[in-house]
Amino acid sequence: MSQILVRFVIGGVVVSAFAVLGDVFKPKSFAGLFGAAPSVALATLGLTFAIEGAAYATTEARSMMAGAIAFFAYASFVSWVLMRYKPRALWATLGSIPLWLGTAFGLWYVWLK
Amino acid sequence: MRIQVDLSVLEQTRWYEYATRFLFGGTITAIAGIIAGKWGPGIGGLFLAFPAILPASATLIENHEKEKKEKLGLRGTRRGREAASIDAAGAAIGSIGLFIFALLVWQFGSGHRAGIVLLGATAAWAAVSVLCWHIRERA
Repeated sequence: MSQILVRFVIGGVVVSAFAVLGDVFKPKSFAGLFGAAPSVALATLGLTFAIEGAAYATTEARSMMAGAIAFFAYASFVSWVLMRYKPRALWATLGSIPLWLGTAFGLWYVWLK
Repeated sequence: MRIQVDLSVLEQTRWYEYATRFLFGGTITAIAGIIAGKWGPGIGGLFLAFPAILPASATLIENHEKEKKEKLGLRGTRRGREAASIDAAGAAIGSIGLFIFALLVWQFGSGHRAGIVLLGATAAWAAVSVLCWHIRERA
């Protein structure tokens, strides 16, 4: 339980830090780079290396590659939907999460399993 | 296009917007750990590239752009959503750097100091992302 709490706090701090960096940069397309910062990865992998060891952490990193490809598909789709149909940003970003999940798990199944 | 830093944006951001991002980021990180513990690092690793920042940042940009236009007496809904779209396009470019980050940690994580590997991979994420952004801007 305490490890989950530590992950929660570290994750919250790292994600917030990258988000604030993204806020202060202009133009918006450049600031958007920070939306794909390795924030969850940094918060998680630091602990994983320390607790579980390098083999466990590198296995996670290998799967993360599939997650990053899924992120590309997800962010491209969100950008297109927002420009084409102009829904609320919250609906577009949260409503497209199944695309990330489907792509990430699909890639993992056919490529990494 | 020149890259600029505008710190005044930090004053526009409300406390609950910071809190939302903290809660979302913390929750996703905790869930990634729980999933890895339950189903192994193969599945858990996928969530290291979960879009944890984009939903909150796109919403924030939409709201701030809308407010800016409304202060001028204009309807800002359309402009706000276009700005959020540009932010998401930037995130898509950043995900190329995210892939390189994962590749480097996978390749060099064993046999090297973890701190150095993570620092180097983060630097590579930044360098690749900025390079891809420059290429995209010039195209």
